[in-house]
Amino acid sequence: MTERLAASWADPPGLKGFLFTVDHKRIAGRYIVTAMAMMALAGLLALDMRWQLSLPGMRRMGPQLFNESFALHGSTMLFLVSVPVMEAMALWLVPLMLGQRNMAFPRLSAFSYWLYLGGVLMLWVPHALGITPDLGWFEYPPLSGPGYSPGHRADIWAQMITFTEVAALAASVNVSVTILKLRPPGMTLPRMPLFLWAMLVASLMTIFALPAVMLATSMLIADRLVGTQFFAPAAGGDVLLFQHMFWFFGHPEVYIIFVPAVGFVSTIVETFCRRPVFGYPAMVLSILAIGTLAFGLWVHHMFAVGLPRLGNDFYTAASMTIALPAGLQIFCWIATIAGGRVRLALPMLWVLAFIVTFVIGGLTGVMTAAAPLDLQLTDTYFVVAHFHYVLVGGAIFPLLGAFTYWYPKATGRMLGERLGRLAFAAIVGGFNLGFFPMHILGLWGMPRRVYTYGPEMGWGPLNLLATFGSTVAVGGGLLFVANALWSLWRGLPAGANPWGAATLEWATASPPPAPSFAMVPVVDSLTPLWPGDAPLRVMTGLRDDRRELLVTSVVEALPLYRQKSPGPSAWPLVAALAVSVLFLGSIFTPWALIWGAVPVAVALTFWFWPHRPRARHGPLAARR
Amino acid sequence: MSAPPATQIVGDLSGLPDSDSGPRHLVWWGNLGFMLIEGTGFALAIAAALFLWSRAPAWPPPGDAPPALLWSGLLTLGLFASGLPNGWVKRRALAKDAAGVRRGVLAMTVIGLALLAVRGFEIAALTPRWDKDAYGSAIWMLMLLHTSHILTDWGDTAVQAAWLYTHSIGDDQFADVEDNCNYWSFVIWAWVPLYAVVYWLPRLG
Ligand SMILES: [Cu+2]
Repeated sequence: MTERLAASWADPPGLKGFLFTVDHKRIAGRYIVTAMAMMALAGLLALDMRWQLSLPGMRRMGPQLFNESFALHGSTMLFLVSVPVMEAMALWLVPLMLGQRNMAFPRLSAFSYWLYLGGVLMLWVPHALGITPDLGWFEYPPLSGPGYSPGHRADIWAQMITFTEVAALAASVNVSVTILKLRPPGMTLPRMPLFLWAMLVASLMTIFALPAVMLATSMLIADRLVGTQFFAPAAGGDVLLFQHMFWFFGHPEVYIIFVPAVGFVSTIVETFCRRPVFGYPAMVLSILAIGTLAFGLWVHHMFAVGLPRLGNDFYTAASMTIALPAGLQIFCWIATIAGGRVRLALPMLWVLAFIVTFVIGGLTGVMTAAAPLDLQLTDTYFVVAHFHYVLVGGAIFPLLGAFTYWYPKATGRMLGERLGRLAFAAIVGGFNLGFFPMHILGLWGMPRRVYTYGPEMGWGPLNLLATFGSTVAVGGGLLFVANALWSLWRGLPAGANPWGAATLEWATASPPPAPSFAMVPVVDSLTPLWPGDAPLRVMTGLRDDRRELLVTSVVEALPLYRQKSPGPSAWPLVAALAVSVLFLGSIFTPWALIWGAVPVAVALTFWFWPHRPRARHGPLAARR
Repeated sequence: MSAPPATQIVGDLSGLPDSDSGPRHLVWWGNLGFMLIEGTGFALAIAAALFLWSRAPAWPPPGDAPPALLWSGLLTLGLFASGLPNGWVKRRALAKDAAGVRRGVLAMTVIGLALLAVRGFEIAALTPRWDKDAYGSAIWMLMLLHTSHILTDWGDTAVQAAWLYTHSIGDDQFADVEDNCNYWSFVIWAWVPLYAVVYWLPRLG
């Protein structure tokens, strides 16, 4: 790598570089660390609630504190952890897997992070001040409307969503355009790694799903602030409208979290079985099928609201359909594992834990997809157990596997194996011990969202077991973090490709230098680094005296032109601050939408102002 | 431990141009992405209005008059008429005609301002208020969405005009003008379903 190239891509030193950087690796890194910190806080909240429920009649929490705790836990996990951490993994990985030096829109990556951080502060700063949303992770009106929720708890929740969803939408446009237009020469669509397919589909799903929740919460804020009547039955409004819009987002959301996990699992399985994933076309089609089907299913979250009979039947059938592509994927992974030389390294252990847990969660999902059974089980601990199996087993386990897998690439050091296995055993064992009993508690009729229960219900022993298991799992999580920190300092040096993997991110040094790749790789198969002894084919010709990316065609990835890529800039941060002021102000007065828009417009003007020589012709030309 | 793999140079990209136009350009796709987001928002807002309409015994509710057709009609005609100069500017951008895009984008700024004035009168005539009933809330929501749309694109056009007159225009900026024209077409076409739902649905009886 030439010194000139490194200098062109270097950030300014110190705080300035930290605040103005548009390096996707740095931005993704802070995105991931913030999301992990949020996950730790949400985990501690969960432990606190489990403590309260461990025995009948505990007095650790009253009903209000319990409401706040589960509302904060759910909102944090869904809006501040699951979706952002998947976007962050894409921000870090997608350009590396494409052999590119940055995302398509580098400043948009920075803007996305700062707004996400705004969402984090929006929820947790008021919490520190004692104003915590207390209506669960979906704040249904009329309870969240002006009549029943005075004060600003509901507004804070609704505006936290606006922050995080704008951040996720910005990231999604960035990720999908990067995948479509910045592929290396030769990486045609049929030669695209499954991880990139998964991130492309998840990003498109985000684009179509997230506007629904933003619109719903904006309507809620309008009802609360300026007296619109969207959800007020007395004036022709309808509270079910909120539920429909919320779940039009909420159901695809589950798959927006799960589909990237499909990408992680496929990548890890390929590397540790030393063969491409079995049934590549079937895998791609099933990812596309999940992406489409997920939009038809939202009503199954509303079986209990009293929809027409035929509606329930239709959605029962439709909800079961999505088990087909998911099942097909599991089949393809198992076929790859069965036919390969499997190495049971840490990332692969996480994949095996994922498969088992996710199958259990899928089975209980098919059960609750049946409207008659759902009417019995809805709002019980059976549902709590189900969605934790799906979300933790289906997304968090693959995510932890992905951390383990790409940790050497990001840090240059291997994650400690023994401590890693201990953490793995504690998390997976503790999780199953903690959540499996909840299925039974649910079948026995224990409702969700109760802050305590009487000894005569007989739920005590299983609850104690659940608390014990959760404690073990949270302890395992702390071990995982401790291991990551310790290995940063003491881990074995990793080298460029410690796992002998096949995708392009392993063709550069660990950790990758600022421009990531010295030259543009050329790809002629799904596994460009296998066999490992052939030299990597590359192209020269991107300038090294300024930041440039190679833009290629959408299907064939033919080189089209060299795109100038922007360097560090203050404007994404300034724009995010201006947008934050607007969002925050609009909780208190509708006029914030007017005066708050002025600084936003100014910041965006500076952001997009092209720096070019002055005009030489026309009425406003520079005088010579 | 392993070092990065050995490399074999198989080609050189330095002869490639440093910009392009249409779907070959990176930014064209970013623009499309944001249109998809906003289009989805519009579609969902319309779906929400239709949901309320399907649940209401009368639309508009008794006592509310259907929204007036005069200013909205003028706006609709004006919007569609603005498609002609907009198309001309886009062709000038593709032809990389600096003088043409300067005059064209300035003209579109003036046209946009005139349309915003008409939209102002249209909103002043909009009844009932948003807080009277869900019907009022729904039509105000749709009008607000589209107005903010016109406003943002007008702001973008005005800034672009100022920039174009004061700078020497490169290929990337011609592509920007093209993207801005595409966006204005989107503003025009998005109005069709909104106009139908706000102004003609209440007249279905
Ligand atoms: Cu669902």
